[in-house]
Amino acid sequence: MKIELKQVCKSFTKGSNAVNDLSMTIKDGEFVALLGPSGCGKSTTMLMLAGIYKPTGGMIYFDDEPINHVEPKDRNIGMVFQSYALYPHMTVLENIMFPLKQMKVPKAERIVRAQAAAEQVQLGHLTARKPSQLSGGQQQRVALARAIVKKPRLLLLDEPLSNLDARMKIEMREEIRQLQKEIGITTVMVTHDQEEAMTIADRVAVMKDGSLIQYSTPMELYNRASNLFVAQFIGTPPMNFLKGDLVKAGDTYAYKENAHGSVLGIRPYDLKLGNQGNVVMNATISLVEPLGHSNLVSARIGDTLVRFFAESSYQAERGTAVVCSADLHSVSVFDKDSGYSQNVESCIKEAFAV
Amino acid sequence: MTGGRALNTKKSRLPSAGAYVILGIITLPIILMYLWLLINSFTSQMKHGVIPTGFTLENWKFLWSNVVVNGTEMPSIWTATLNSLLFAGALTVLELVVGIMAGYALSRLNFPGRQGLLKTTMLLHAFPSVALLIAVFYILNFLGLFDSLWGVILVKTALQIPMTAWIIKGFFDDVSWDVEWAGLIDGCTRFKVWHTIVIPLVKPGIAAVSIFSFLAGWSEFLLLYTFILSDENITLASYLQKLMSNPNVINYGVLSAVSIFYMIPVLIFFIFTQKSLMQVSATGGKGV
Repeated sequence: MKIELKQVCKSFTKGSNAVNDLSMTIKDGEFVALLGPSGCGKSTTMLMLAGIYKPTGGMIYFDDEPINHVEPKDRNIGMVFQSYALYPHMTVLENIMFPLKQMKVPKAERIVRAQAAAEQVQLGHLTARKPSQLSGGQQQRVALARAIVKKPRLLLLDEPLSNLDARMKIEMREEIRQLQKEIGITTVMVTHDQEEAMTIADRVAVMKDGSLIQYSTPMELYNRASNLFVAQFIGTPPMNFLKGDLVKAGDTYAYKENAHGSVLGIRPYDLKLGNQGNVVMNATISLVEPLGHSNLVSARIGDTLVRFFAESSYQAERGTAVVCSADLHSVSVFDKDSGYSQNVESCIKEAFAV
Repeated sequence: MTGGRALNTKKSRLPSAGAYVILGIITLPIILMYLWLLINSFTSQMKHGVIPTGFTLENWKFLWSNVVVNGTEMPSIWTATLNSLLFAGALTVLELVVGIMAGYALSRLNFPGRQGLLKTTMLLHAFPSVALLIAVFYILNFLGLFDSLWGVILVKTALQIPMTAWIIKGFFDDVSWDVEWAGLIDGCTRFKVWHTIVIPLVKPGIAAVSIFSFLAGWSEFLLLYTFILSDENITLASYLQKLMSNPNVINYGVLSAVSIFYMIPVLIFFIFTQKSLMQVSATGGKGV
């Protein structure tokens, strides 16, 4: 099902909008992640898709059909809550059957379909238990089975993985992804974990203060952040930011600190020891952390702390002066006031001009 | 290893032994009084007030025949028992029906005046019912409900509702919105979510409140004594009062026996429901 939001607003108190002028389209069968820090309006947006909240302005369309005033029960959607929100007084099977019961599906068929949904999430053997007798991961699967059992048009996932431990997270992530592709259901997931959003979603909508900042594929978010906020938010370890200019000297560019200059962003993976790259800067080592496959180096360039990776055999004392470099095309430039992405040329100064 | 464990258990038992001693000393007077009551009901006379002399069932005669006190025949104890049961039972049902709905509204729905209503509820709870006796008399008389059990049931319910609604509100507050929303998304109406999902989740609270209101109904005296006159509407508390109506000739043996008879249902009730009761008193209405 295609979903369209047009200038959707939602305010809880007069004067401030929790969601502000949000317009986006979700294609049929697409997996979209709403990503942002807490309080950015992503959960509000999801609850508006669910019909729990009514937008105060704008329109929401499901397959070109306005649904602003359609009750949640008539929307044919499935949702997994962060707290799983299982019905504790029902068994696993009863939980999964519940949506079908509301649709007045005959009991025999209900049981067959619920059992099938339980198998789909590998819970077929636990259907007689109560939710309290299950582990967190298993409860999560029950919630997922309950959400998909009625074959909804839209699946909503509200921070589905945030209560799981690190290993379980990766496992469930893959499973959700696989299940979504299998049944081809349009899915919207809310998360504050950028890694989760990047790995699982077809497209990621980054939100901040109730507004949509950037809406594109994970790779585009990573490589071409449209603004400083997205660049800061995406990627681990986070992007390095340097304030200053690049001074052109022949084929290479030297970094020169300038508090009034643009903000240069360089991913830790793009910054390297040595001067193979054409953007060169001097740094002082402050810490080398071994990660196994490589070493994470923290260093100071001027007053700014940057991080980059070095060979796992690399060792250096604190205070060692080193040269590091990156390729010009891997450098992002952002306006220091508005935060918008700029052409890299804008911060290059000719040597004689300085 | 073994020595260590022995030491451990010894250590953990010591404080609880102390607690038992202290609690025992504090509860001793109450236990002794109950014991005296029991013994007194089975003896014809107590020497110096404490030493029983002679076993008799004479005091328990009221169970199978009507007793005569001060020349007037007492109504049957079984009428009184039935009336007490009816009063407490009807009170419980009414209180629960109104209290659960009011509690849900106070906890979950947003309506103008909600805050004000919450404060007034507390105020109403603090209001002593004695102060309302005359006003209530006028109202009952006007409605033709004077000297009727149902009239008093209505009055008592009204007085109890604030507290009941407040306690149940606490239990509803503990049900997460997520569960309710999940129900809506799974295809229920708001009302259906309420009775198929939310109500089962607050069952412990409902159990506790129903026990409380039953006990409150069972032990109610003032309203019943004031507004019920006829013998066929008498309840156990008024029956006891009738036994003591003439302070010069009180048969303490019979009084003890009826008191124990009056107490038995409460004791049985307590033994079976103390677990649910603890939920409210231990957690202040927050323990789903």
